[in-house]
Amino acid sequence: MSGPDGGRGSREALARVVREHAGRLAACLVSLLGDFSAAEDLVQDAVETALRRWPVEGVPDRPDAWLLTVARRRGLDVLRRETNYRAKLAQLRWPEPGKGDDRLRLIFTCCHPALSPEARIALTLRVVCGLSTAQIAAAFVVPETTVAQRITRAKRKIAVAGVPYRIPAADELPERLGAVLAVVYLLFNEGYLSSTGDRAEARDLADDAEWLAALLAGLMPGEPEVAGLLALIRLHRARGAARFDSHGRLVPLAEQDRTLWDHAAIAEATAALTRAARAHRRPGPYQLQAAIVACHAEAAGFEQTDWAQILVLYDMLLAVAPSPVTRLHRAVALRYVKGPAAALAELTGLEETLSRYPLLHATRAELLRALGDTSQARISDERALGLTANPAQQALLHQRLDPAHGDVRCG
Amino acid sequence: MKYVLMFAETEEFATRLEAMDELEREAAYEAVMRWFAENSGKITHHAHLAPAHTATTVRLDGGEPVVTDGPFVEGKEVVSGYAEVEVADLDEALKLARSWPACPVVEIRPIA
Repeated sequence: MSGPDGGRGSREALARVVREHAGRLAACLVSLLGDFSAAEDLVQDAVETALRRWPVEGVPDRPDAWLLTVARRRGLDVLRRETNYRAKLAQLRWPEPGKGDDRLRLIFTCCHPALSPEARIALTLRVVCGLSTAQIAAAFVVPETTVAQRITRAKRKIAVAGVPYRIPAADELPERLGAVLAVVYLLFNEGYLSSTGDRAEARDLADDAEWLAALLAGLMPGEPEVAGLLALIRLHRARGAARFDSHGRLVPLAEQDRTLWDHAAIAEATAALTRAARAHRRPGPYQLQAAIVACHAEAAGFEQTDWAQILVLYDMLLAVAPSPVTRLHRAVALRYVKGPAAALAELTGLEETLSRYPLLHATRAELLRALGDTSQARISDERALGLTANPAQQALLHQRLDPAHGDVRCG
Repeated sequence: MKYVLMFAETEEFATRLEAMDELEREAAYEAVMRWFAENSGKITHHAHLAPAHTATTVRLDGGEPVVTDGPFVEGKEVVSGYAEVEVADLDEALKLARSWPACPVVEIRPIA
């Protein structure tokens, strides 16, 4: 398959191959050994060996069998004293005949609420997506030792505290699924929304998030929120090409070149969302957020956006998942339905809870500018600038504070 | 697996308990008794502790043991009792803790 050139494209292809197989192998080994931590160590070892050797030797014809062989050999070596494990490993056939996809159990264990949120993310990436510790560290811009510690601690807790390896019972499922979806959504946000385009070396976590959401959607077809999250991710990504200009600057929604959007992907994601919503009639936060993004994605131009519909969706979203940030976004929609003065009035109630949130001040600035109060608008823009660490947002705000460009929208 | 569920009270909870009339308090105790009865198959041992102001702490980390009045951590949450349970895994222990009808904080610790 890929040769020894080692460029970014082939590195990504490599990561994709690993991702397809690492989680399956981990699931199989956890079931076989009954020891999450030991199984995971073996898979990680095989993954690291693959990442080292495949760029030189090329990807083998059967990557899954290759990974298994390395993991088994390593297992027979390191588990020398565990005769029980050795016997089990020696008998392992691959692929396991007649066995379904066990990765769902793996995901629920990795995203167990008894683990810290950071550990859930790191574990999911490593165990389910087959990322190496170094890749996770690079993606989150934290030292590798920090990630390694998080994973070690989490694995110890799984073993000692008895975190189960199974899909939760029906009465626990809604809450536990919520925790899983939150991990996937966070990954997506990390990779997509806060990406500035200057971390070309880092792995694209948005890709892993979409892959995870698609995996979950395939394994849990009866859960509309999973379909909702997948649609949400795909709708965002379908517009990815228009988000940055040629200088790497963030382009606000109103100014994006909509011909760059992937309209086929938008139509497909919207159709999937509609199907899930109609089949189950259980709206939830991810379906509603996806529906809002779909409204934007389907509008021929910014001026043609169906703001009234978006406002209705925000009201539904606030009913199922109240949050000050959602109220802020609703205020933006309200601007285009009832005017900037009405929207500004909505912000007053949010100032205390969101005082450290840059988008509140940036939105306030836009509304004030629309109402002709440029001096107050500047003050709000400056506050937003002081609060954001995101270089793309900073660039946009600087541009707005420059008197030559008065009316650039954020977000 | 064996776990200990440690039940902790808060000041707020104590005040609320204090303010209850006879009937309300009886109902609250009854709910606790019912919880123990319903889960008796999983509970291997349990005890209610006397209030924190009766605690005495001995510190052995200096030269001579130092005896002081009060619990070893002064905090808003005070352990008021415990139950040792034998269940399949953490999820089952969590289920028990969730259904606990009395004080507002439960810490689950596996027994090593």
